[in-house]
Amino acid sequence: MTIRLVHSVVGLALTSAILAVIMYRLNSPLAAVFELSVCSGLISVIFITTVSFTQRISKERFIVRRRERLLRFLYLPFIIIIVGLLLVRYLKIPQFSLPCLAQVTDVRLVLWNMRHLDLLGQAIIIIAGVFGVVVFFKEPNK
Amino acid sequence: MSPDTFELFRYFIIFIILLFIAGVYCVLVSFNLMRALIGLEILIKAVTLLIILAGYICDRVALAQAIVLTLIVIEIVIMVVAGGVVLWAYKYNKTIDPRRLSNLRG
Repeated sequence: MTIRLVHSVVGLALTSAILAVIMYRLNSPLAAVFELSVCSGLISVIFITTVSFTQRISKERFIVRRRERLLRFLYLPFIIIIVGLLLVRYLKIPQFSLPCLAQVTDVRLVLWNMRHLDLLGQAIIIIAGVFGVVVFFKEPNK
Repeated sequence: MSPDTFELFRYFIIFIILLFIAGVYCVLVSFNLMRALIGLEILIKAVTLLIILAGYICDRVALAQAIVLTLIVIEIVIMVVAGGVVLWAYKYNKTIDPRRLSNLRG
């Protein structure tokens, strides 16, 4: 979380890109491509478009708000470092064994043959999103 | 599960927990709707990584990828609609500070 909103959006896009690399390393190339193109690209475009519709605040208010924001976010690095050290030191995960189930290794087979309901849900959610956008961006009748 | 895989799992879990804490902190502390949305995005990223990691550990990468694709679709729709809400709030209130959005206060 940086001072300017656009910097925050660029930071989020970089986080998405790093996450895509991690996904690729974890044998999930399709999810990595989607993460890189959709989350890192499209969502950044949406955020930057939204930010561009707002107006810049005055310099005096910007200075006051920056001080307030720095004070609020000052604790975050310390919390992350302390919790991280505690977890590295004390987190113990018990060993577990996994049941041997039949596996399908092709994403297309899983998506089209095993997860029908997911596809239906995706279609409904996309339609709902389109209606939401139409409602929010509609000009009021005069 | 081999000891190496188990150690990888442990460090990834720590990273995911820290990412989740950062997202929750950002949502709770921000007085700007856009920053709250970015915090929500960070939360979703932590969940995405957790699902991919679970698929990798359980050797069911295809299933994990299918679920992540669904998650990404849901995420993009949420962000588009939330961006519309932020724009609407700015249009009618000239601010995106949630403390000043009092139109719905009873």
